Amino acid sequence: MTPSGIELPITEDDRRIARYTAAAIALTVAEAALPSPLPGIKPGLANIIVLVVLLRYGWRDAAWVSLLRVVAGSLVIGQLFAPGFFLALAGAVSSLAALFLAVQLPRRWFGAVTISLLAAFAHIGGQLLLARLWLVPHDGVFYLAPLFATAALIFGTINGLIAARLIRQVETI
Amino acid sequence: MKAVLPDDLCKIFSKAGSSGSWHKYLKVGDWLVLLLSCALVVSSYTLLWRGGVADRAIVKRDGQTIIEISLNSARKTRVEGPLGTTVIEVQPGRARVFSDPGPRQYCVQQGWLTRAGAVAICAPNHITLELNGRGEASYDSLGY
Repeated sequence: MTPSGIELPITEDDRRIARYTAAAIALTVAEAALPSPLPGIKPGLANIIVLVVLLRYGWRDAAWVSLLRVVAGSLVIGQLFAPGFFLALAGAVSSLAALFLAVQLPRRWFGAVTISLLAAFAHIGGQLLLARLWLVPHDGVFYLAPLFATAALIFGTINGLIAARLIRQVETI
Repeated sequence: MKAVLPDDLCKIFSKAGSSGSWHKYLKVGDWLVLLLSCALVVSSYTLLWRGGVADRAIVKRDGQTIIEISLNSARKTRVEGPLGTTVIEVQPGRARVFSDPGPRQYCVQQGWLTRAGAVAICAPNHITLELNGRGEASYDSLGY
């Protein structure tokens, strides 16, 4: 293969985002193997990575990692452009919107757990909305909302705690 | 490993084992948000799952409504069909077919109906008992 004339400069930002995205994809794939009591209820472990990136490098990087994770992760699992992909995308977009607002909160009072919980609730909100508009055009989907909200509460808290701990350890190293 | 993972994650994993209590990662605002979230989740159950509560029983013969009974107080109602008398029993919040002249007794064995949209059908005697709730017409069933 002859070297192409066009060369895309790779910045340090690109490398960092790529590495975090790789970690997030690995968690997505690992999580896909876990059994779930109800389709759609997952721990969302990849969001721990998104949280760490958000708190260390800002929202722009977190958005890159989150969206790349959704696209590449579903490519690996074989879900690209399946309904699950669009639900994941809706969840990612709405939780990124929540992250954008949540990261403005005073860091002195609010830590990773708050940010994680807000993102988790936005995530299920976006998914339920898309499901209502597109997949199940019936208010019956909202019947499941309490279950999803419970999952968001539990996993949002746990993921936030893990992210807080990872960041604390990074900072003390 | 080092080439794949971000450097700081590498450091974290190599430092695994240094544990501590988790509550030190929660700030004042985090507790507040956690508390509010718990309240939100609990209220979502009561708000969204109460909609299925039935408030009246409707008894039909050949599809025609014969009697509507509110589920507020306990009473028994007799309804005549082609085979004989079907007895409907109502108690606060629930209703059942108490007795029916039908041969197989399916509607009697169904027991108490509590949710809006639930139906007991006594086909041989042409009688149905169904529960109705507030709001929109309820669905027959939900499948996931």
